[in-house]
Amino acid sequence: MRALKFLLQKELRQIFRDPSIFFILFIMPMIQLMILPLAADYEIKNINLGVVDHDHSGYSRKLINKIVSSGYFRLKDYSSTFSQALRGIELDKTDLVLEIPAQFERKLVKENESTILVAANAINGVKAGLGSAYIQGIIGDFNQDVRMQWIQAPRFNPQPTIDVEYSDWYNPDMNYRDFMVPGILVMLVTMIGSSFASNNIVREKEMGTIEQINVSPIKKTQFILGKLIPFWMLALAVLTVGLFIARIFYGIVPLGHYLTIYVFASIYLLAILGLGLLMSTYAQTQQQSMLVSFFVTMVFNLLSGLYTPIESMPQWAQIITRLNPVSYFIEVMRMVVLKGSGLADIKYQILALLGFAVFFNGWAIVNYKKRS
Amino acid sequence: MSQFYIFVKKECLHIWRDRRTLFILVWMPIVQIILYGFALTNEVKNSRIAILDQSKDDATTAISNEIAASRYFNLVKNLHSYRDIDATFKQGLIRMAIVFPRNFQYDLLHSNRAQVQIIADASDPNTANTLTNYATAIINDYQLSLNNNEQLPYTIKTQLRMLYNPELKGAYNFVPGVMALVLMLVCAMMTSMAIVKEKEMGTMEVILVSPLRPFWIIIAKTIPYLLVSVLNIACILLLSVFVLGVPITGNLGLLIWESVLFTVTSLSIGILISNGAKTQQAAMFTSMMSLFLPTLLFSGFLFPVENMPVALQVISNVVPAKWYYIIVKSVMIKGLGFFAVWKETLILVGMTLILLFISISKFKIRLA
Repeated sequence: MRALKFLLQKELRQIFRDPSIFFILFIMPMIQLMILPLAADYEIKNINLGVVDHDHSGYSRKLINKIVSSGYFRLKDYSSTFSQALRGIELDKTDLVLEIPAQFERKLVKENESTILVAANAINGVKAGLGSAYIQGIIGDFNQDVRMQWIQAPRFNPQPTIDVEYSDWYNPDMNYRDFMVPGILVMLVTMIGSSFASNNIVREKEMGTIEQINVSPIKKTQFILGKLIPFWMLALAVLTVGLFIARIFYGIVPLGHYLTIYVFASIYLLAILGLGLLMSTYAQTQQQSMLVSFFVTMVFNLLSGLYTPIESMPQWAQIITRLNPVSYFIEVMRMVVLKGSGLADIKYQILALLGFAVFFNGWAIVNYKKRS
Repeated sequence: MSQFYIFVKKECLHIWRDRRTLFILVWMPIVQIILYGFALTNEVKNSRIAILDQSKDDATTAISNEIAASRYFNLVKNLHSYRDIDATFKQGLIRMAIVFPRNFQYDLLHSNRAQVQIIADASDPNTANTLTNYATAIINDYQLSLNNNEQLPYTIKTQLRMLYNPELKGAYNFVPGVMALVLMLVCAMMTSMAIVKEKEMGTMEVILVSPLRPFWIIIAKTIPYLLVSVLNIACILLLSVFVLGVPITGNLGLLIWESVLFTVTSLSIGILISNGAKTQQAAMFTSMMSLFLPTLLFSGFLFPVENMPVALQVISNVVPAKWYYIIVKSVMIKGLGFFAVWKETLILVGMTLILLFISISKFKIRLA
């Protein structure tokens, strides 16, 4: 126990005598938390619309007005031919083209039917899908208005109608930032914690100071714990700074308990730091460990559900996400912050991470050899 | 000229003999394009949902079956009370719940009006919106089938055309982005580390006393990485056509030349970083912070640039990957020619010249 105490003292001194520590601990998370969520806004709004109106009737003008005033669309281009409007899509000036055929109003009134063409740039599938759904909804509303004008509303519904009522729970304002900030915070804590940990043992190897530890009576477990605990405390400090920034700048107050977040984070950090230390015991040079940890963090972050939903991934990628500690923390963080989940709701995630923590740290202890 | 040739040969041997790094250089892009090409998609499908059916009649069963059969939804749970909904959401088991009230069919047939409630977990707003749209469409279809598909008067039909990517595949959006990301990483990060490594090892001194001019020394350093990048481009394009099914609709030659141009831009950034960095670790950190994150954020392949605040939109203009991403999208997927992308090309050329000028004029011939 005494040995561990001295070891901790040594590690903490080493960390805090590094002048860049303040920058990494406080300034970097602050800057990133302030810029990243502003950039990571995937809300579909401001869809650029191109219009080709061959009809120039009262109806076509009314429809265009209705679409533009909905707030989702910006009228960017008004072309006289369809091919000219397509040019707008090619140049990324517009995302969606609406073509109203000649005699649109006349046909609708006289022949009871008229067709409108909507063409969307589908390279970004989500934007195309949501954009065309919005515009179809507006056209449907417009259609209803036209019918009301021509048909006397009967006392009873002539035909069975199903009313669909929508509720958006947990984020009724559909604020994308509330969704992204907790996830980005997880990414930050992970990147800082694991890059510190993965570099640490290798650095002692490269500097040669590991020889001194190897000849001391420190046990392998004590050595790994002595490396683990300081970074664990450091990462929790970063998390605290991050939660504070989320509250001050974005007004994000977790619906659940802060305690739930900290309980989960403590276990999560044991797992992710253990992985870092494990990589560190294998690597020979700092360059190697950086390259590997860089690659691993990149895969972990992109396959964590932070940017794209996990259910959309193919089966094999979903299995990878189950082996990825980051995806658990992002899921839990969002659940606690947005839905107010408690410890009972996240028991499986806690168990999974306990497993990771034991596995990675155990492996790191086994793999650390006092003989060189 | 023969001196220059010898230098290039030396650098090539460096890479060739460091098999471990070469292995990473060649395989990392391949793994990434497969991993991200398949896994990174915003398509919504197989979303887990639950149904709370308080009516349990023919109509609700028919609608539930339709929804469960759709490829967008995966019905994982039948709930029994309204209170279960919140609990199930909190455990993160479902994305959406559909609630049928009591006497659904009775209301539908007798008063011609019935209600159904769709509750979405809106913590992820886009998925919530998309799911609600899909579910509504299925319910509307059912309603139409009740009306025997009778044509209503005064109907406006909408004909929908999805250009370039009719199946709405995610890969169309991500392949150009991953190309930019990979080329940036390989060229800029690796070059900067290679140059700094010579400083760290002390071999830089030997090179600096050689009769070759500094300009040619740097060029010689970058040529092997240029070759590796061309190999990477070829791998990525082959994979995206034959494995991911993203066709090259435009001119292949133009696409390759634009990629080489972007590679040169990245290489010149690498040289610039190596000028400032003293250790490999510093070079790596700088590349990560100044290249990886901005490329991910501002190139537009993950997050739409037009949604960002104006200040960030302005910043995004100095990220070369943004312009390359536009070029690849235009040439590869839209099939446009050079005249559609000449502006972006010109910007990249300009950036490259400026970067090369700065980094070469700042290249120190003397060691501190």
